[in-house]
Parts: sequence; C-alpha cells; structure tokens
Amino acid sequence: MSLLSIEHLSLSIGDTKILHDVSIDVCPGEIVAITGESGSGKSLTALAVMALLPRGSVTDGHIFLENTDILRTSERDLCRMRGCSMGMVFQEPMTALNPVQTIGDQVAETIIIHEKTSKLDANIRATAMLRRVGLNVNPSRYPHELSGGQRQRVVIAMAIALRPKLLIADEPTTALDVTTQATILELLKDLVTEFDMGLLIITHDLAVVAEIANKIAVMQEGHIVEAAATYDLLHNMRHPYTKSLFNAATHKVILPEYIPAPPLLSVESVTRTYNLPRVTVFGSRPTFQALAGVSFHISHGERVGLVGESGCGKSTLTRAILGLEEVQEGQILLDGQPVFTKKSLNLPARRKMQVVFQDPYSSFNPRHRVDRLIAEPLHVLNNSIVGKYIEKAVSKSLEDVGLTPEDGTKYIHEFSGGQRQRIAIARALIIEPELIIFDEAVSALDVSIRAQVLDLIAGLCRKRQLAYLFISHDLSVVRTITDRVMVMQSGKIVEQGDTEQVFSNPQHAYTQKLIAAAPKLPEVTYNVEVI
Amino acid sequence: MSRGLVIGAFLTLFFVALACVSFLWVPYDIETLQISNKLKTPNLNHWLGTDHFGRDVLSMVMMGARTSIAVALLAVGIGMAIGVPLGLFSAARRGSFLDEIIMRGNDLIFAFPSLVIAILITAVFGASAVNAIVAIGIFNIPVFARLTRAVALPLWERDFVLSARVCGKSETRISVEHIFPNIMNLMIVQGTIQFSLGILAEASLSYIGLGAQPPTASWGRMLADAQTLVSIAPHVALVPGLAILLMVLGLNLMGDGLRDRFDPRIKKNRT
Amino acid sequence: MIRYTIARFFSLIISLIVASLVIFLVIQVIPGDPASFMLGINAREDTLAALRSEMGLDQPLTLRYFDWVIGMFQGDFGNSWTYKTPVSELIADRIWVSLPLAIYALILSTLIAFPAGIVAASRRGGASDVTIMGATQMGVAIPNFWFAMIMVLIFAINLRWFSAGGFPGWSNPLQGLKSLTLPAISLALPQAAILARIMRSSLLDILLEDFIRTARAKGLTRSQALWRHAVRNALIPVLTIIGLQFSFLLAGGIIIEQIFFLPGLGRLIFQAISARDLIVVESVVMLLVFTVIMVNFAVDITYAIVDPRLRRKS
Repeated sequence: MSLLSIEHLSLSIGDTKILHDVSIDVCPGEIVAITGESGSGKSLTALAVMALLPRGSVTDGHIFLENTDILRTSERDLCRMRGCSMGMVFQEPMTALNPVQTIGDQVAETIIIHEKTSKLDANIRATAMLRRVGLNVNPSRYPHELSGGQRQRVVIAMAIALRPKLLIADEPTTALDVTTQATILELLKDLVTEFDMGLLIITHDLAVVAEIANKIAVMQEGHIVEAAATYDLLHNMRHPYTKSLFNAATHKVILPEYIPAPPLLSVESVTRTYNLPRVTVFGSRPTFQALAGVSFHISHGERVGLVGESGCGKSTLTRAILGLEEVQEGQILLDGQPVFTKKSLNLPARRKMQVVFQDPYSSFNPRHRVDRLIAEPLHVLNNSIVGKYIEKAVSKSLEDVGLTPEDGTKYIHEFSGGQRQRIAIARALIIEPELIIFDEAVSALDVSIRAQVLDLIAGLCRKRQLAYLFISHDLSVVRTITDRVMVMQSGKIVEQGDTEQVFSNPQHAYTQKLIAAAPKLPEVTYNVEVI
Repeated sequence: MSRGLVIGAFLTLFFVALACVSFLWVPYDIETLQISNKLKTPNLNHWLGTDHFGRDVLSMVMMGARTSIAVALLAVGIGMAIGVPLGLFSAARRGSFLDEIIMRGNDLIFAFPSLVIAILITAVFGASAVNAIVAIGIFNIPVFARLTRAVALPLWERDFVLSARVCGKSETRISVEHIFPNIMNLMIVQGTIQFSLGILAEASLSYIGLGAQPPTASWGRMLADAQTLVSIAPHVALVPGLAILLMVLGLNLMGDGLRDRFDPRIKKNRT
Repeated sequence: MIRYTIARFFSLIISLIVASLVIFLVIQVIPGDPASFMLGINAREDTLAALRSEMGLDQPLTLRYFDWVIGMFQGDFGNSWTYKTPVSELIADRIWVSLPLAIYALILSTLIAFPAGIVAASRRGGASDVTIMGATQMGVAIPNFWFAMIMVLIFAINLRWFSAGGFPGWSNPLQGLKSLTLPAISLALPQAAILARIMRSSLLDILLEDFIRTARAKGLTRSQALWRHAVRNALIPVLTIIGLQFSFLLAGGIIIEQIFFLPGLGRLIFQAISARDLIVVESVVMLLVFTVIMVNFAVDITYAIVDPRLRRKS
C-alpha cells in the first residue's frame, strides 16, 4: 500500500507547461529519489506534493497522500496536513530559519499549531526532538549562532516533530560539506527506519541517490524518463538520457602526461591571521589563523587539486595567491616574482596567472559586452594594446573554448551557465597565462555540462603547456582532472601527493574521513548505446 | 511602460514646460500690483483668478514653478555630485578609518534636518533662494552617500569585481567601470524621489520665509500669503497647494515607475 | 549587548560634541563679529561694548566654546538679547508645546501606518492594497502645511469641532491635547503615508524570504506566517526610519506651529532670526539637534533588543 501516490501530475505556470504526466509512488519506510539536472522539474514536483506551488500554477492529475487527494483539498485542510502528516526540508539551511526566534521556539511551533498542548510541553518535546536529530545545543540559541549543518538539523527537527508519515527533502545536503552531508544522510536514513516514514528526496547528486535510495526516478524537462528500484536501474539502464547522465557523472577525463618541470608557483610558509571583533572592551583582540604555515609548489604544466571543507582556508589561500590579500608571514612567488609587493599587486606576476570563479551568474559585469569582458585581463600587459590586436585575441579565445567570434558581440545574459563558464575560461586564457586557478569552477554546473567543460580543460592542456590549481569540494571531479592533490584542514595542508595514490591509499586521518564520507557511484559499466 | 510612469512623466513634464514657457512669456507681469483687481475668482481674463495684490495667479504659478524646479534640481545636483562619489569611495575602502569617518559624518548631517540647517544659514546669511538650495543640498549629500555605499558594497564582493582586481585594475577604475554603471539606475530613481522631496522642502522653506524672497514668486510664499484669506478666497490657497501636490505626485509616480522598470531582482513567485 | 550599548554611547557623545562645534562655529565665528551682526551697522559703541562683554567675546574662542558647553550642562543657555530673559526660561515654556506635538504626531503616524502597511502587503494586488497605495501616494505628495490649512478650513471654520489655533496650556490636559490634535494630524498624515509604504515594502521583501516558506511547510496559514514571522522581521528596518521620522516631525512641527498659532519653539526661533538674536538661535538649534541625536540613540538600542543578531556575535 503506497503512502504517497502521484498519478499523472501535470503542472503549468502561466503559459509554460512544466510537468508532464508525472507518476511516482512512495511506500512507508521507503526512500525514493527524484534526480535530474536543473530545469527538470524535480523541485516543483516536491512543492506540488506540499501544495506550496507559486502563484499562477495550474495542476492536473492526482496526488494521493494515503486517501487524500492533495490537489483537491482545501487550503485550510492542507495547513493541517503540512507539518503533521507531511513535512519538508529545503536546500538552503542558512536562510531557512527565522533569524529573530530561538531554535527551540521554532521547533515547538510545529507542535503548538497542530496540537492543543501547553507551551511548556511543546518546549520539552522540541528539546527532545533536537537531541534526536543530533543537535546538542541549547534550544535558546538563535540560528545565526549555528553552522549550516546544525541549522539543517533544526529544519529536520521542525519537519519531523510530529512524526509525519511523509518527509520530503529538496536537495537537503547540496549546500553542506561532504562530511556533514554524510551525517545528515545517515540521520535521514535512521529516521525513516525508526518512524517508518516515507522519504521523497530530490537531488541532482547521482552518488547520493545511489547510496541512499531504494527507488530512483530520473526526470528530464518535466518528464519522468525512467523509474526503477536502485539496483535494477543502475545495472539495467534503458533510457538514453539516464545512461548519458550516469556516464557524465563518472566521466573520466584523459589528461596529457605530465612531464616534470621546474616550479612555477611557490607558496612558502604562508600564514594569514585575521583580527576578530573585541570580546571585552579592554582586552586584546582575538585572532583567527586562516592559514598556518602553508607550503607547496606547482610546477610548469602540473595540474594540482586542492580539496577541503568550508572554513579550511581554501578561499583565503586562493585570494592570497591571486594577490588580493596580504599574508602576515611567508611569501608567494610566481616564477621567482612575489605576487604581492608593498600593499599592491605585482604586474609581471599578474601576467602569468588568471582565475576562473564558481558562479557563472556573478562572474561577469552584466552591462558589458562579451568581447569587452574577455578582453579585460589585457589591461595587465604593459604595452598599449591596439584595437585590432584585441579583436583577434578575443576571437581566438572564443574559438579555443568552442564558441564563435560572433558571440563576442552579445551580452552575457544571452548565455547558459555552461557557456558562461566557457567564456570565463576564454577570459582567463586571453593573456596566455601559465597558471590558472579554477575555484570551484564546475561546481555550479549540471553533470553533463560539467563533463564537457572538464573535457575542454583537458583539451586546452593538450594544446599548450598549462598548469592549474583546481579547487573543488567534489572529490570525484578532482580525482579525474589532476595529477597531484592536496588536502587542507584548518589552515594547514594535511596531506599531499599523487592523486591516485592519495585517493586509493589515504594516509592522514582527515583524508580518510573525507574519502569515506563522500558518496560513491557503484562500479558498474554504464554503456552508451550507439543509436 | 507602466501607467504610473506615463502619468508621472506627463505631470512632471507639464510643470517643467510651464517653467520653461515662463522664461519667454507669462500672461501678466507679476511685479505690477493692481489692488483694484484683487481676489477675483477664476474667470476668462485670469484663468486662475487673482491674489490679494491683484496679481494673476496663473502667472505666479508659472514663475513659482521656475523657483521650485531650480531649487530642487540644484539641491539634488549638489547631493549627487558630492554624495555619490563619497559613497563610492566609502564602499571601495570599506572597513577603513576613512569609511568610518564618512559614515559618521553622514549620521551627523542626518541629525540636522534641512529645516534646521536652513535656520542656521539664514540666521547668519539672511534668507534667499541660494540658502535654500544649500540647506536642502547639504541634507541630500548623506542621503546619496548612504544609498550609494549600501548598493555598492555587495557589488565589491561579486566575482566580476574580484576578476577585475586580479587583472590589476585600481579601485578608482573599478568604481568607474564596474560599480557605477550597475548602480546608475538606482541613482536615477533616488534622484527623482529626492527631487520631489526638494520641491516639498523648498515650499516649506519659502512658506516660513526662509527661501526665495519676494518679488521672486514661489509656491510656498503664495500659500503663506493666502493663509489669512482661506475662508474668503479659497482659490488663492488651493491653487499653489494643488500645484505642489501634482508636481510632487508626478515625480513620485515617475520614480516608482522607473524603480519597477529597473529592479534587477527576479520577482520570485511565492505562494 | 553591553559592548554594543557602550559603542553606541561613545558614538552619541562624539556626535554631540561635533554637532555642538558645528553650531558654535557657524553662529559665533562666521558672522565675523557676532555683536555688530546682532545690533546692526548703526549701533552705538557703548551698546556694542556691553553686548560684547555680555557674550564674552573678548575671550579666546576655545574658552568661549567650553563656557557655552559647561553652561548648557548647568542649564544656563545665556540671556536673550531681545527679551532680556534667560534663554532657558524661554525654551522651557515652549518645549512643552513642541515636544509633545512631535511625540503625538509620531504616535498617530505609527498607529495609522503600521496597520495600513501590513494590510496592503498581506493583500498584495488586491483592492485594499491598491486603495492604500493610492492614498499613500497622495499623502506623500501633500505639503503638510497646506494640509493643515485645509484641515483648519474644514474642521475648525466649517465644522467647528476644533479651534482654529492657540494653545490653552497644560493645566487642563485634555484641552491641551485637543488643541494639539489638528496640528498633530496635519504633521502625522504625510509621514504616515511614507511609513506605510516603507512598512509594506519591507514586509513584501520579508515574505519572499526562505524562512517564510519553511513556516508554511510547517503548516502555518498565510496569515499566521505573516503575523508570527514576517511582521517582526519587517519591523526591524522600519525602526531606523522612525528615528529619522522623529527629526522630520520636530522640524515640521516648527512650521505647523505657524498655522495654528502655537506658542512653541517655532515662533521663538523665527522671531529670533528676524531680531538677529543669535544667542537664542544657537541654543534652540542645539536643543533640536540634541533631541534628534538622543532619539536615534534610543532607536539603536531598541534595534539591538529586537534583533538578536546584534546582541550575541559568536
């Protein structure tokens, strides 16, 4: 007997048809995952179950939660069901909680609005629920005092406070670190077993899906293209989209061989300390060490990865290498020249280094044309650049990344996320740097686009000698695109070495923990049928 | 183009047109007094009637439009010319001592409402339209400085600015090339709003005698003169007030309409 | 919280010091010789000398400044040249009109604006929202002194519900309040319009936030989510505006007093300006600025009480 039964659900918002004939079942104690790329409609399906769709939504079909058709229930009754028979956990824990209310009150509120109990009783139950989700923090704390993982636990506590029959989780761990993600997924699995709940989890992360779900449904552009029990699906993929998706997720890039060369970037005993706001009026200011004696080097043509969780110092290190921040101790040299001299950037060093950022939507000034955006690094070259030279350089850059020179005349909003990252790479390439820093450059991209961009990077390595520092939280990506990898924790590099070596035989305890926590896609050969 | 924007633009342009026409021609010369003709209600000769000195109200409204617009415009000009660069500078040097000083300075000026500044200036220099411009202008400076800094600050954290810094561009260059073009729209909207506030402020100052002095016509002054005549000849009190109301309304509608047009936030469609 | 309060307090002190310096410099230094400025070109030498010694103009500038500041602490604001009475007496009488008027207007403004803004935001796009937005659009554009004139025309002259002006004193509190009512309404309404719009816009912004969606997912109805979560968060930015509003009300009140013949600070100041009585102008301006700075300080502290993020930074 299924707990949740979505039958032939269609959804239109305004004139656009978003969901087409979606059907999924969830049984008690079962974990069903809906996966797909952005725009596939997975989140809207989840919102439809909770009846929290945006204004102007028109639905067709049925959504049965036990015997109630959610699409035909009054708003008043739906309010009674939400939080009581069904709960939902969302993606962004940092903004999911009311900033001016204590976490205890927020959990207790779920109880108070559904049951007639005293405030005291609700508070006791709320505290118990917070303990149950593994949060050993005083309930009178406010959200801003908690980390992302802790806040997500509070959100879960709020959603399950009344032991709903169905829990929906929309990308619950996407915004969290790998180790935190592992514990939250464990928690969800526990709760499902203990409460005999059904869990509908939405995620784009195929490895998470493979590890946690009993049943998988793959969505593409509002359709469910394939749905089956996990083992069956992974071993017998039928739909070409499913196959291409899993292929892209396990895509291995072929890098040209690395020939040992002299060091290009030298980071020597770098320490960066921040001053924190004063705690007492007359005491000394506490300090925080973001980087504590970091040392490493990258040789010409060498491709090095950097992994670590939030707060480890990756971003501080990146900014220091780019010369955007000064360091208190140690030095950073690029081809023998320091990157930062006397409170300003060193231009000769600048010429050899460029950066590609994570967010394709904020890396560009929306008011400039693409050719102007790509040409910006030319500012760093000393000789005055003539117009025609700029045009040629821009065209070449665009072609190198698989776009056309005509694209230079457009504006950035006319391009998709994947194309924007290509433009970002074009911008990085235009001054022919020797070192590129990829700062989570593919993390915001869909799986299939990601594979293409990784191939592009590998292709660039084949054309010219290119060294890069590839920073990512996604261990599988780092594994395929780097020769050597460094693991960072609390401002220090705890392990570094040949990529394959580190991944197959990690030495440091933290590295072991990291690799163990990362969800893995099982080793199955995903064949792409040639049609 | 929303309805509000169109109506607002129309109203604003109407008064601007009145003011411009007044430079070339007014129905009657307002400096000659014709006491015999006083307090006539609107008729064919005088479309809006005459005041207690026999002056044609329509002519006075046209000349008054000049004063209001000139004062408000110059005051906004001062505010923007000084406030926006200050705000940009403050955002570029966020967290530094100079930034603190500029912010404190802003707060300080906010403690002095423009009326109080006008009082101070008038007490020492005497009343005039120039003093009104300075008083309102000074108060506009922290308004623009604060707004500019508030919208520029998050832009400095955006990746495209980081990218420009990596390319070696200076703070000034980044402020000009990247920051300013992205806040320009908001400045236009705020400028329109401050313009309307300037009209109101000018009217208040001339009402109490701290602004433009006679024989320069101003709407505020007209209302002050009309105060005692409210029951006898209401048109003399209603017309200038309506003029102020309509002009300010027009500017506000235009400002709101522009803001809706320029709002970069994707309007999230929530349940 | 303590650290925040102390920081704000230091800020307050510095603002007061700088403000007083500015006022002092403008009044005492810019006119050149304040004495001849006050008495005019035809003044006799002995009157000039008398005034100069009265004002202590023979002493060095810094000493005059400190004398003035210390004097204010002791309640001595100097003597008015035109009235020949201590300025403190002149102010004391009149502040009991101007300050209550500003507070009365602030209360009215808040009482009207908050419900209007909340209703408009909760019924966004509906008939009540459109009506409220239309009304506020008009309200924002109306010059308050003109509005006062119309109020006098309708309520005092035609309907005779209120007197057209004057202030009978506080001996009968109700009568005093009644005579301040029309002025307070004239002051309050345009400010209420501004406040209502800000309240609405702040609330609309909050309603788009993620935590409201979380509240709905817990089972709160739209209005429960609005009242229990949105309103309190929306109030926080609105609070700062109220501080600014108070300074506008105090200044606006000065103008409104003219229309209603209220014996407040306004009349005092304008008479002082025409009589070139710099001593009175200096003291009244200082007082006004002082009040505004204090109110802003109070708002800052309230801010910290309402928003826990400012209290404990971990």
